[in-house]
Amino acid sequence: MNKTVLHHDLKNAVKNIDSFTHVRGESLYVDDVNVRQGTYHAVVFDAPKAHGIIKSLNYSKAEKLEGIIRIFTYKDIPGENQIGGIIPDETLFAEKEVHFWGQPIALIVAETEFIARQARRLIEIEIEELPVITTAKEAKAKGSFINAPRSFELGDTSEALKKCDYVFEGETFSNGQEHLYIEAQGAYAEPLENGNIKISSSTQGPTQVQKTTARVLGVGMHKIEVDVTRLGGGFGGKEDQATPWAVMAALATFHLNQSVKLILNRHDDLRMTGKRHPYEGTYKIGLNKNLKIVAFEAEYLQNSGAAADLSPAIAERTLFHATNSYFVKNVKTTVYSCKTNLPPNTAFRGFGGPQGKFVIESAIAHAASEMGVLPMEIQEANLLKENDVFSYGQIATQVEAIKAWNTAKSKFNVKDLQNEIDRFNDQNDSIKKGLALMPICFGISFTNTPMNHARALVHIYQDGSIGISTAAVEMGQGVNTKLLQIAVDFFSVDPKKVKIETTNTTRVANTSPSAASSTADLNGKALLKACEGLLSRLKTVASKALNASDEDITLDNETVYVNNKATQLTWNDLISQAMLERVSLSENAHYATPKIHFDKTKEKGHPFAYHVYGTAILTCTVDCIRGIYEFDDVKMVHDYGKSMSTGIDLGQVEGALVQGIGWMTMEEIAYNEQGKLLSNALSTYKVPDLFSVPKNIEVIPLETEGNDMAILKSKAVGEPPLMYGIGAYFAIQNAILAFNPNYTMTFNAPMTPEKVLMSLYSK
Amino acid sequence: MIEFILNNKRILTDKNPGMTLLDFVRYEQRLTGTKIGCREGDCGACTVLIGELDEIENLRYLSITSCISPLGNAHGKHVVSIEGTNLIHKLTRAQQAMKNNFATQCGFCTPGFVVSLTGFVLSNQEKSFSNACDAIGGNICRCTGYKSIERAAEELSDSIDFIDGTRSIDWLIANDFIPEYFNTIVDRLKQIDVQPLKSDGLNFVSGGTDLYVQRADDLIASQVNLIHNDPKLNGIKISEGRCYIGSGATVSDMWYHKTLKSYFPNLLKHLKLVSSEPIRNMASLGGNLVNASPIGDMTIFFLALNSELTIINSNGKIRRQPLSSFYKSYKTFDLAEDELIKSVSFDLPLKNSKFNFEKVCKRTHLDIASVNSASLFEIENDIIKNAHISIGGVAAIPKYLHETSAFLKGKKLSVHNILDAETILQNEISPISDVRGSAEYKRLLARQLFFAHFIELFQDQIQLKELIRNE
Repeated sequence: MNKTVLHHDLKNAVKNIDSFTHVRGESLYVDDVNVRQGTYHAVVFDAPKAHGIIKSLNYSKAEKLEGIIRIFTYKDIPGENQIGGIIPDETLFAEKEVHFWGQPIALIVAETEFIARQARRLIEIEIEELPVITTAKEAKAKGSFINAPRSFELGDTSEALKKCDYVFEGETFSNGQEHLYIEAQGAYAEPLENGNIKISSSTQGPTQVQKTTARVLGVGMHKIEVDVTRLGGGFGGKEDQATPWAVMAALATFHLNQSVKLILNRHDDLRMTGKRHPYEGTYKIGLNKNLKIVAFEAEYLQNSGAAADLSPAIAERTLFHATNSYFVKNVKTTVYSCKTNLPPNTAFRGFGGPQGKFVIESAIAHAASEMGVLPMEIQEANLLKENDVFSYGQIATQVEAIKAWNTAKSKFNVKDLQNEIDRFNDQNDSIKKGLALMPICFGISFTNTPMNHARALVHIYQDGSIGISTAAVEMGQGVNTKLLQIAVDFFSVDPKKVKIETTNTTRVANTSPSAASSTADLNGKALLKACEGLLSRLKTVASKALNASDEDITLDNETVYVNNKATQLTWNDLISQAMLERVSLSENAHYATPKIHFDKTKEKGHPFAYHVYGTAILTCTVDCIRGIYEFDDVKMVHDYGKSMSTGIDLGQVEGALVQGIGWMTMEEIAYNEQGKLLSNALSTYKVPDLFSVPKNIEVIPLETEGNDMAILKSKAVGEPPLMYGIGAYFAIQNAILAFNPNYTMTFNAPMTPEKVLMSLYSK
Repeated sequence: MIEFILNNKRILTDKNPGMTLLDFVRYEQRLTGTKIGCREGDCGACTVLIGELDEIENLRYLSITSCISPLGNAHGKHVVSIEGTNLIHKLTRAQQAMKNNFATQCGFCTPGFVVSLTGFVLSNQEKSFSNACDAIGGNICRCTGYKSIERAAEELSDSIDFIDGTRSIDWLIANDFIPEYFNTIVDRLKQIDVQPLKSDGLNFVSGGTDLYVQRADDLIASQVNLIHNDPKLNGIKISEGRCYIGSGATVSDMWYHKTLKSYFPNLLKHLKLVSSEPIRNMASLGGNLVNASPIGDMTIFFLALNSELTIINSNGKIRRQPLSSFYKSYKTFDLAEDELIKSVSFDLPLKNSKFNFEKVCKRTHLDIASVNSASLFEIENDIIKNAHISIGGVAAIPKYLHETSAFLKGKKLSVHNILDAETILQNEISPISDVRGSAEYKRLLARQLFFAHFIELFQDQIQLKELIRNE
């Protein structure tokens, strides 16, 4: 294990505000909430087949078990049995038919979770099986879709392809990925008076939970309060799919007038929830002798699972990122959201972007090998430049693609690295090394423009302390730390005076989920506006007290300054004075991202506030005896803009990278032909551990001006670095090629040890 | 009644000894810092430390995953959850290192990491960075990508400058590694009058690492016969060139056994491939044998050592049986319901013997093998005087390769003979396709691991290039 080279000043970086309670085991998650006396516990009974008609459901034996309170099915739903967000195509509980293995059918409520689990074993169900579709290709052949396909087009691809010096075609597959948030899905619902219900949920989307609960219970949203303290990991898996469990707990509470806790155990969570979408792709890439990609055509078959969930939005983002960090003059990309009998697949860090990028990177690797050049030569020849146009019509500005690439190449001596690897491979027969470069470009904003807004509610209490509520959900990304920094810096007060409140739908309503890497941008900007509103009133109070004008007032270190001269007036005095003068010390501000728009009828517009760029260099070593591999180095130049918290942002880059490498290497989702999940436990689904991550990860922050659309010019960082991990596939592939010249390149991720060994010895 | 010390509190409980320690700590004692991640020992979010007095009344702490540990196994011991590591108003050195290095993001796995690191601090191990990493090898984090946690482990290991052995409890207390009450534990443990728990019935549970993964709900509700602390089944004994390992002994017992290490120079390298430190601390070797998994790491290990089982029945009658004939068919083996494996024994390798263990899985550590294999060769003047080769994951049972081993006996160590033996090996195995790999892959991997034994053990004579020349 190597020691890391740091290019970040961690010593002076603002520490995560939750770290004190985190390391002491004192931070609270849903399952840690002190429950009311008499709380019931619930377990979900789910479909034991992937597709079929429910002929009978008999839970009479289960109901008789001592300690069972009640078993709920769709018949107990007072409102609508519907939880679909984008498209209303998903029931909370199956009615006549089941569409995926693991689909909820009933909720068993008992005095203890153990009793509920025992009861589950006693439920009898008879299902008349119907044909099961598990792959996107099969769904497409049968015409089974979630919605109509989408296409983005730039230039004239078919004409351009005719004129190219080289054209290559191929197929790709990238498998799904389990989120594996270490805290499983869960919620706790408690009855308030007048039929009102409060739900503590481990959700990225409190409003989604509130809205769906109201819909299912047939009540107004105002009767449902959703509160989120924090999540033990989300990664997109709790954007939409935290909802059903919260709704179920609320449904039981609604009927029983008692608090109900529903925490999925790991096996239930793995079986019942959706994952990153598997994608089958086909591509046609046309290049000229000068290595310019003249045309790129691709078709993506997204395995959406049994219901829409967020699939249409994810499919859309695949198209937005189909050409990654490259400018291609002629592009035609089409995506089909294919309806299958898997659990509805859902958001996962990158949101369809990684799947899109894998296809063009495969096409480039394929072309390079046929043309006898290095993939990096093609990559370099096609990097985006200022004012290039994306296939969706947005003009690229403040482009950092080439700068990031060149910085990576020079700071990390790519040429020497490649030579070293070639020399190593010449000298070693049973161990081979491989290298790959991976540039990224990722658009920031919800691509559904109406979702790009947030609100902040700031209270300054009369003792000078401050409470901040926003729509941001803390799930490890450090957004609460960033919010606190904004307020602390703005008012120049002691961080101890500031508290970031739980995310609660009664304080901040109608929120967008914490997703799309934009939580800090949207909520941070709203918070800034709220702070500005408060400060302007406080300045008026101060100027009156100090006989100065508003413009001359500043705050520093809890002291009021006039014309940069300290006065006797402290922050606390100022707040007291404002109270006396009956000035409002609360502010509610709203922020909506300016400039962005997108017209789906034309598939053109300006959907992103800005883009994040970067380049990674990955090297790996393959043991050609055993077919196993390890990553030696991943070196990145990453575009943080002006990072407001280098410690937190570095953590996002490292964490995302490793998740991306996991997706490309060891994480293998497996369903059998009957639609049953085989990788159904942590013993069969492996995520990276301490020993399997790259020995050395180095990140150099790209020096840039930042972007005004980002909070304090500090760019979004949650999702983009995951896509550096895609390079892992190609680094291993290059090592395989060094061992086995007969190996025919295939693009079928993840590159498991099985695929490596089979490739090393393929003929 | 079960009696133990939980953090700084004496516990006396009549709860079912078969309930999990995790549920007791979290829900009965409301110590919610111990998290539930997977309930199968695969994530480490529920890690706690178990302290007990050794033969010379030294206090020794080991990390375990409380989700698959029966409550009764805590009897007479000191259980430390994250709350029990906390100082009053400040952070311990392990906690501070995690904070300084941004090694906590969502925080859910964090208590497990901190407990494991505190276990490292308290352990007898050298305080090296690499041992610190081993200590947290069983903890999964989905947020950080581990590099920040590595930096924390580095800072922590650097902060204990004492190289070989333990710092005293008092020193650790004085330097903010652990809270003060730790200096009362030795006396308090001595005061517990450890009456063995009522133990009868045939529902034997030792470490619990397998049974609680397979059928936790049955065990929680039923009467279990806990044999983990039974001295008759524990211990490693070496006598007249033969090693006797009690069926209740753990992989960690082998790990820390100095004499054993001298006979198996690569012992730690091999054992590191077996699960993770907390599981190695808990799992009994006998449990690995009777699990009868075709892919059990230690079963494969012992098969190549040509081991013999000592089996005892409820009347105390003893019989012996070679391990190589113990397994009959998938998960079926030669053991009556009232019988227990008492120990496993084997001749220690001679000077001219060479032993190797190979394992390949999706993830090198804390994973179940696709194929694993072990081999023992006795070599004299390039002649293989004796060979024992075992292989897992390619048949219904953990396989001793009778024919392949017999073929090699008396043969010259040569590429030609290895290739011939490999043909025999392929006829002896019958892999099936499953979640651990396709049959085709497992056949190729079986060949490669067979080759790997020779490449590893006879580096000067056997090279991969020659073995695959005719491809």
